[in-house]
Amino acid sequence: MGLIPYNRVKLARDSERPTGLDYIRHIFKGFMEFHGDRRFADDHAVVGGIARLGGSPVTVIAIEKGHTAKERAYRNFGAAHPEGYRKALRLMKQAEKFGRPIVCFIDTSGAYCGIGAEERGQGQAIAENLMEMSTLCVPVISILIGEGGSGGALGLAVSDRVWMLQNAVYSVISPEGCASILWKDASKAEIAAARLKLTAEDAKSLGVIERILSEEDIGKKEFYERIRALLIEEIGELSNDLDLVGKRYERFRRIGADVVNKE
Amino acid sequence: MALINFLKPKNQLEEGGRTAALVQRDEGEPEKKCPNCHKDIPLSRLWANRLVCPCGYHFRMKARQRIKMLVDKDSFRELFAEMKAGNPLNFPGYKEKAENVRAASGEEEAVVCGLAKIGRQECCLFVMDPYFMMGSMGSAVGEKITSLFEYAIRHRLAVIGFTVSGGARMQEGLLSLMQMAKTSAAVKRHSDAGLLYLAVLTDPTTGGVTASFAMEADIILAEPGATVGFAGARVIEQTTRKSLPKGFQKSEFVLEHGFIDAIVVRTNQKKMLAELLKMHNGC
Repeated sequence: MGLIPYNRVKLARDSERPTGLDYIRHIFKGFMEFHGDRRFADDHAVVGGIARLGGSPVTVIAIEKGHTAKERAYRNFGAAHPEGYRKALRLMKQAEKFGRPIVCFIDTSGAYCGIGAEERGQGQAIAENLMEMSTLCVPVISILIGEGGSGGALGLAVSDRVWMLQNAVYSVISPEGCASILWKDASKAEIAAARLKLTAEDAKSLGVIERILSEEDIGKKEFYERIRALLIEEIGELSNDLDLVGKRYERFRRIGADVVNKE
Repeated sequence: MALINFLKPKNQLEEGGRTAALVQRDEGEPEKKCPNCHKDIPLSRLWANRLVCPCGYHFRMKARQRIKMLVDKDSFRELFAEMKAGNPLNFPGYKEKAENVRAASGEEEAVVCGLAKIGRQECCLFVMDPYFMMGSMGSAVGEKITSLFEYAIRHRLAVIGFTVSGGARMQEGLLSLMQMAKTSAAVKRHSDAGLLYLAVLTDPTTGGVTASFAMEADIILAEPGATVGFAGARVIEQTTRKSLPKGFQKSEFVLEHGFIDAIVVRTNQKKMLAELLKMHNGC
């Protein structure tokens, strides 16, 4: 607490921070990774598969950044290609077929911007995820664990519940990108970070997320144990909801509706 | 001879052989320079050809010009015209910028929505406006488009949408980002109700609009030469340090890669949209 927003951005980007695979290993049991989008390739920036949570099967999907230089290069620094979003959607559809809840961990500076990504329809891949996730008839919980970079993060976050780590950030554009557009000067990112309202507290007060997960120093074991307990409790509640899809629609439907002048 | 005259070019041909001499023009006839063929085209001639240059270049159009060109005479009834965004994040300078754009463009927001008839077929229509903050999507744009799809579901109507956008409106931060999810969920409901959604992508359609409702239509058309993509070309060049392929992110390139159904010149759009509506209306 008390950190200026740009320091949150730096913390969210820290390579020492737990990544998606760390959460998967510590929270779930017996994770089996499933590869590929069945269309083009296997995107190493997106990890997915099935595992057990409190004894029940769940589908787990994570955008993975890696820790070491080698890992980070292999994971493309957590910047997914269209095939990453398509793999995620394939696994979500599979989860829906077999009635498994879905948990997503998000940590990306954004969807990859490159020639191949454009040629293979980066925009279309994200758009399809947004559309299809909105009607999945199983519970979906997404947790932003580091960077929540724009459409690349939202592509895994059209969910019943969206939670954020205390020092994660969620933004429509990187502070550097915003500064270079507004002031033609990326070094003013610190000012942009404050204006974009990208901290977990901001996201919660804007009604974009439901819960902030504390990062207070409580020890590794307890940290993951607490998230596991919360996930089990929330999935239990959502599983009993007969109007899951209707409520998910309303969850997004109201965002921004109240700030529009309708006089 | 002054040195400066010595430096002057010997003839009036620019590089490539184009004449640099001013084209003879009638006094008082306003003209517009085509960025493609570099000729000055009389505005009256451009208007007669729906702002398409004889060389084929499609000029950008204001939303209301496009609506007038497209719909049956006097058939357009605007919906949700009262919706406009405030400044929810108190982003410095946003309010002033939006007010200036409102004054200059005469529009309240970057999209115009309504009911229309095209070839006597009733439909819901949204047209984005490149002259309103480059068609950026904030809360009001998201709310208007979502409301239009909901209206179309209630009245069992097809939706036709003309997109043009630089992406999400960053001055509204996360609220803008969430409009991508909100509009997509409404498109999905409309689709699940068995209703037709036709999108026409115009120059430029990029960012968060490409990654949401622009790419979610049953049938996706585009204008010739329109930029259609997710990330900006300059950003891609800087990130990858590679030179971009010829025609990168032009609608012809996107068609070739399988992401749009057809490219339709502006002068043929009304006829084609009317026929598509008819075919889906069972007549």
